[in-house]
Amino acid sequence: MSLNSENSQQWQTICHLDDLVSNAGVCALLEQGSSSLNDSEQVAIFHLPNTKQQVYAIGNYDPIGQANVLYRGIVGSIGEELVVASPLYKQHFSLQTGLCLQESVSVKNYPARIVDQQVQLLV
Amino acid sequence: MDSQVDNQVVEKTKVVVVGNGMVGHHFVEQLVELSAKEQAIEITVLSAESRLAYDRVHLSEYFAGKSAADLAMTDEETYQNWQVNFTLDAKVSYIDKDEKFVETEQGQRYDYDKLVLATGSYPFVPPIPGKDQEHCLVYRTIDDLEAINASAKVSKVGVVIGGGLLGLEAANALKQLGLKTHVVEFAPQLMGVQVDAGGGRLLKDKINELGVEVHTSKATSEITAGEQCRYKLCFSDGSELETDLILFSAGIRPFDHLARSFDLAIGERGGIVIDNQCQTSNENIYAIGECALWNNFIFGLVAPGYAMAKVAAEHILGQSAEFTGADMSTKLKLMGVEVGSIGDAHAKTAGSLCYTYENQPNGVYKKIVVNGDKTQLLGAVLIGDTSEYDTLLQYMLNGIELPESPEALILPMAADKPALGVDALPDSATICSCHNVTKGDIVSAIDGGACTVGDVKSCTKASSGCGGCTALVKNVTDSILEQRGVEVKKDICEHFTYSRRELFDIVKVEKITTFEQLLSSHGQGLGCEVCKPLTASILASVWNDYILEKSHVGLQDTNDTFLANMQKDGTYSVVPRIAAGEITPDKLIVLGEVAKRYSLYTKITGGQRVDLFGARVEQLPLIWQELVAAGFETGHAYGKSLRTVKSCVGSSWCRYGVQDSIGMAILLENRYKGLRAPHKIKFAVSGCTRECAEAQSKDIGIIATDKGWNLYVCGNGGMKPRHGDLFATDLDDETLVKYIDRVLMFYVNTGDRLQRTSVWMDSLEGGLSYLQSVVIEDSLQISAELEKQMQSIVGTYQCEWKTTLADPEALKRFKPFVNSDKADSNIVFVEERQQIRPAYPHERIPVQVSDNEPETSLEKSSAQSVKIVEPT
Repeated sequence: MSLNSENSQQWQTICHLDDLVSNAGVCALLEQGSSSLNDSEQVAIFHLPNTKQQVYAIGNYDPIGQANVLYRGIVGSIGEELVVASPLYKQHFSLQTGLCLQESVSVKNYPARIVDQQVQLLV
Repeated sequence: MDSQVDNQVVEKTKVVVVGNGMVGHHFVEQLVELSAKEQAIEITVLSAESRLAYDRVHLSEYFAGKSAADLAMTDEETYQNWQVNFTLDAKVSYIDKDEKFVETEQGQRYDYDKLVLATGSYPFVPPIPGKDQEHCLVYRTIDDLEAINASAKVSKVGVVIGGGLLGLEAANALKQLGLKTHVVEFAPQLMGVQVDAGGGRLLKDKINELGVEVHTSKATSEITAGEQCRYKLCFSDGSELETDLILFSAGIRPFDHLARSFDLAIGERGGIVIDNQCQTSNENIYAIGECALWNNFIFGLVAPGYAMAKVAAEHILGQSAEFTGADMSTKLKLMGVEVGSIGDAHAKTAGSLCYTYENQPNGVYKKIVVNGDKTQLLGAVLIGDTSEYDTLLQYMLNGIELPESPEALILPMAADKPALGVDALPDSATICSCHNVTKGDIVSAIDGGACTVGDVKSCTKASSGCGGCTALVKNVTDSILEQRGVEVKKDICEHFTYSRRELFDIVKVEKITTFEQLLSSHGQGLGCEVCKPLTASILASVWNDYILEKSHVGLQDTNDTFLANMQKDGTYSVVPRIAAGEITPDKLIVLGEVAKRYSLYTKITGGQRVDLFGARVEQLPLIWQELVAAGFETGHAYGKSLRTVKSCVGSSWCRYGVQDSIGMAILLENRYKGLRAPHKIKFAVSGCTRECAEAQSKDIGIIATDKGWNLYVCGNGGMKPRHGDLFATDLDDETLVKYIDRVLMFYVNTGDRLQRTSVWMDSLEGGLSYLQSVVIEDSLQISAELEKQMQSIVGTYQCEWKTTLADPEALKRFKPFVNSDKADSNIVFVEERQQIRPAYPHERIPVQVSDNEPETSLEKSSAQSVKIVEPT
């Protein structure tokens, strides 16, 4: 969501729709530039076929549990908000904004879409 | 208050503390802790003793080998760090109340804004002729102890005059020093303040048995020269007792001389008069601890002194605080004899009634004092066994209504010893120990507007630590809300307005097989982490489908999804089933080999199995491939289901075993493995009454008898231990299994979400006898149905790992990334005691994002022998 990278953002194809699991999450690795041997960014991608956007992506790192686990959480809704519950300590993170509903932390969120059965993220 | 004025322009508030006993020290501690940085306080401690505060309560341990340093409660360095000025051997001899300063005997002057007198007390020595001789001592300070020690070296016999609490402690000290020890008490019984006559009699017997001779109703009239010993005590009844050493412990007197000399109000029988703020008759002077007289009473215990210290500290800092008296109940161990005294131990309250239990052979005496209508506990005396002390104290302190037969509280083996329910818990009871949340905190959260469990959690942080108290927090919250007249819905979450039990019936009756069906017909929204696993569990209990069936995948908690237990760093632990803890050497070797191959941390569990930690998701199928090939099955350690059936070796090996406990444990474990329930279930089978398998702490406990098996149900270890209830006795194998089938299935059908059997039992109206009537007498006519249900689950068992390994679709879930074969580089282990463990944050080097020289945690932390386990 940072402004300075806005210009360089583009839709990147991550995987096929079949790679997703309905009403659950998977994890993808975003390569960050060619030179990086470094920790690439991990993204949790959720497939909620019964919702409008169908596919959602947020950072996979749970800032409270401090581990890469968010894609393994259970997805659901709290009121209108679509959320995933961290499998470690059960805090809810919004799939649309990345904000944590219980504590003042957040994870990154990525616009996501499905084009021709391909899952794409704006990165 | 000056302390509240803007400190930019005000000088520091000078607080001078006279006395550095336990209470004086506690005051300093409180003041340092409570004073915010901007509240400038300058603390000066003046102590007449040669050392800083030490633990007088455990003084007798000085003779058991503890040094003065061991007893110390603080040290000079700590005081220096706190910026507390202190002077030892500084006896204050002058107070100027107008100019506000004190002076020591050495002539040092100290100005104060607030003066705190914590001068304590001194031992009372009765005016007996001959009391001032060399080996006539008191028991109060470390210096006193040193004198006693020296005297004991040249003595053979010692007498303690005074049979109160301190006197008995002193007697213990003399005994430890190797003296032939006597206790002489003026009153007809020992510990007359805390203990009633019956208790005193038993206490005397027990102490006599321990080799300390007790003489009651003896008034000492003179101390003269002895014949065999140094001295002779002459009693008013004409009898005599020879001794080398005399220790006076005939009560304490407040050290109020200073206050007396400088015209502070003093009680008729001594003690510096204080109000509820611990202020003396001069508002700038406070008195706390044993020198203070509150409401015409001197508290000779440390806890009330601490309470006063806190009140005085808070008041000096401008906070409102009040001392409103203190409970004088005590529990202690005197020479190995447990003694407890609560409230009105002597039944002095008008109209009070007593229940007494005495077991002379075992040396146990228990009495409770209740009010006239038997609804409130007023007091208690416990000698020889104080195990009920805490419960009784809570009844008394919190005015909890007594059960119908109050005597059950102290009778041994009372069948249904009343346990304190949630409602009965006092506000001070700790509910969440991670965040130190008490019931009172939850009450205030609710008073502050919280009206759901979620609200309570977010404002108190309760159950956001280890989460072990989740159910308790919910129970407490519900019960408080209910008390407030708020209708507590048993709805499991916002998506279903049903309880677990209602949903269970819906699934069964309407033959629902997926979450989608249930949600569209009875729910709303998309579901959540509460209703989804719950539905999955109900579906598993009712239909026993493979839990990773495509339609169930998104419903499972991560542990069930990956058939392993997630640990704090996102790795998993693996627990294969080792039924009854019986394992062949070959299989044990396989476990060792697998653990070694995948560098897994290995630990023996409490349930007689082996837990392998540190497996990444992608390693799980590989590990299980090997385990299944070697004949292992999943251990369901991840599921709300049967965990283990612990066993002892029973009649197969043990000299005492009367039945084949291993055989029975294996049979039961294999029968119920995989059964999904509201919560985890643990069993144990003991081969004889010695109970080595600890069956009474399990959900289902079985203890062999020479005629068959005794069945215990609904026990629990863990956070709220509960002994299992004896359900049926001397059962044959078939009946045993039949009863367990019915009990378990009844629990599965009716238990609440995450409700262990122990809580379920307590929530059943009619409790044990109701459950017995349902299961044994078939009062609901459902036994056949329960058995049929169980048989269907037993008949459709599958090892979830075996099924998973054969399903390529399911295995896809174990790939860490959909678009890469790399491993999660955030998982970092360090080595400890030759095994791995997750690195703590300080052991990791943060990954630095740099274009040219990327640094990874791997490279930088080599000093810690960090290794990353690469996927094999």
